[in-house]
Amino acid sequence: MSIIKTNNLERFYTEGGLTVKALNGVTLNIEEGEFTAIVGPSGSGKTTLLNVIGGLDSPTNGTVEIAGTEITNMKDNMLIDFRLKNIGFVFQAYNLIPVLSALENTEFIMLLQKEPKAKREERAKQLLKEVGLESQINKKPNEMSGGQQQRVAVARALASKPKFVLADEPTANLDSKSTADLLDIMHELNQKEKTTFIFSTHDQRVIDRATRVITLEDGKIISDETKK
Amino acid sequence: MILKISWRNIWRNKLRSLVVMTAIFLGVWSGVFIDALSLGMNNQRTENFLSTSIGHIQIHNPKYLEDNKISFTISNSNELLDFGKNIDGFHISNRTKIGGMVSSANGASAGNVVGIIPENEKEVSSIYESMVYGNYFEEYKKNGIVIGRKLAEKLKVKVNSKIILTFQDPNNEIIASAFRIQGIYKTANSRFDEMNVFVQQQDLARIMNTEILIHESGIWLDNKENVDQVTENLKSNFSNLEVRSWKIIAPDLSYTDEIMMQMLYIIMLIILAALAFGIINTMLMAILERRRELGMLMAVGMNKTKLFSMVVIETIFLSLISGPLGLFVAYLSVEYFKVNGMDFSSVAAGLEDVGYSTIVYFDMDPEFYFGTLVMVVTTAILSSIYPAYKALQLNPVESIRGI
Ligand SMILES: Nc1ncnc2c1ncn2[C@@H]1O[C@H](COP(=O)(O)OP(=O)(O)OP(=O)(O)O)[C@@H](O)[C@H]1O
Ligand SMILES: [Mg+2]
Repeated sequence: MSIIKTNNLERFYTEGGLTVKALNGVTLNIEEGEFTAIVGPSGSGKTTLLNVIGGLDSPTNGTVEIAGTEITNMKDNMLIDFRLKNIGFVFQAYNLIPVLSALENTEFIMLLQKEPKAKREERAKQLLKEVGLESQINKKPNEMSGGQQQRVAVARALASKPKFVLADEPTANLDSKSTADLLDIMHELNQKEKTTFIFSTHDQRVIDRATRVITLEDGKIISDETKK
Repeated sequence: MILKISWRNIWRNKLRSLVVMTAIFLGVWSGVFIDALSLGMNNQRTENFLSTSIGHIQIHNPKYLEDNKISFTISNSNELLDFGKNIDGFHISNRTKIGGMVSSANGASAGNVVGIIPENEKEVSSIYESMVYGNYFEEYKKNGIVIGRKLAEKLKVKVNSKIILTFQDPNNEIIASAFRIQGIYKTANSRFDEMNVFVQQQDLARIMNTEILIHESGIWLDNKENVDQVTENLKSNFSNLEVRSWKIIAPDLSYTDEIMMQMLYIIMLIILAALAFGIINTMLMAILERRRELGMLMAVGMNKTKLFSMVVIETIFLSLISGPLGLFVAYLSVEYFKVNGMDFSSVAAGLEDVGYSTIVYFDMDPEFYFGTLVMVVTTAILSSIYPAYKALQLNPVESIRGI
């Protein structure tokens, strides 16, 4: 079943009379359980595509359907709620609330979903264990390395059992060891729990791990390969 | 957890938060302090006027008030004495009060000659406690007189100096009689000091060769709160007399009493308004610093209500940690100065001339603390709204893109 369906997406920015076509007709289907990389040169529209799919930004034209629900015309507050229930996010940086511990950060999304305390804690601990941070659960973000912080972000993104996880250059600030670790974790979660990941990247080593690679250029898909 | 986040957020920039909290603490403290000082000063001023010059209630022959002729006496003054015996904390002094001239070798001045029985007068007036020279009829001296310092200065006389009182007797005969100064008093009301001289009732009666004439009954109640009730009571029992409470005699004093409380609230309001700007500014800075984080929270699904309340709660925490503390410290310091008084004699010698005391005993209506607390909480809530609204305006995409 396709979990994300976009139809002829366009996102134009006008600045100083100049129109930038950040997305210029993107039609795309993403199936459940995919491990997809969006690649392309800087300014090709990767971030814009992820934002539009994630309901953070609305397209100038075209539609986005998530698990059969069209989100393009949703009201702000409904959209926030939709994101909370359906989409996990991992950003390049500033993923975590600095005043909360790893455990509390992981619980946070479930808290917004009004899960009871015991259940939150159990699942958060379980997820932090899966991302290899069992011993770090009480640390604050500033007491952890960049790679560890990104792993907490992944755990947090998965906490709500989203339909898919969007990650915009999750490894951009990481060294190669941390990058490899994070990729291992994401890949394992993808294999074991069938979590759908869509991530953008510049990093060839990350691209190599993806099962599907979509290449953008000037807001258009120029290639789309699925590896066996 | 929202509470936890808000609480911890305050301590992210400790210095900045502490500065705001200190400002609130000092603002509330100084506001209450100044208010208690003003209230204390005002109350003392009122008390001074009442205890030395006006008393709580005065009774006259109604005609005497229109034209203070010596013949408009209170004929049934003994009944007033009897009436008073049945009321707890009721003190009365019946006075002879004649308009006249006071003169010395160096000058003359118009004023009231007040004939009293010292033991009775001491019950209703504190002038005997305000003696600067000599004494207040401690022993009976024939034709002894007690005058105010202001008048003594004007007439250039001292204790034991002789002065002449001139006035009309009931037969319209002019009478002049020599008196010797037994004491000089000074109240906080220099106009009163200039206008009123005190002599013994029996001396006046002897000089005029009349029985003792009573023109004025001065009444002092141990509990000032009973003034209105006792006034009404007297009015209904003595319909032939004019019974007036101090509020009627000195409307300016009672008016200041009434508007004082309003003024105090206004002072507090101004202080809090200034603090509100400090709070708002701090919170706006905090939000600007954290826009990426706030953008992230919106992106991952924190709705507007929660985001709004997070900022509101943080602002309220920030404002309410130190506000009540300031109020409490203010309470302690007000209580201290209520008992011990604050001495202004070195800086404000002129205060006394306008009716204030140089040692100010603070005063505060307990209700005011509550009122201030309500105002501080209201300020906190109002100050939180704009920053919280600003936080809602953040666009997650732009915040995260991180300019
Ligand atoms: N808010 C904006 N206002 C104007 N132009 C924008 C805005 N956001 C993005 N763009 C433009 O849209 C185009 C696509 O940007 P986008 O960030 O999606 O690229 P990207 O592929 O993610 O690049 P990078 O690899 O550098 O992250 C760029 O030309 C960019 O300048
Ligand atoms: Mg990008």
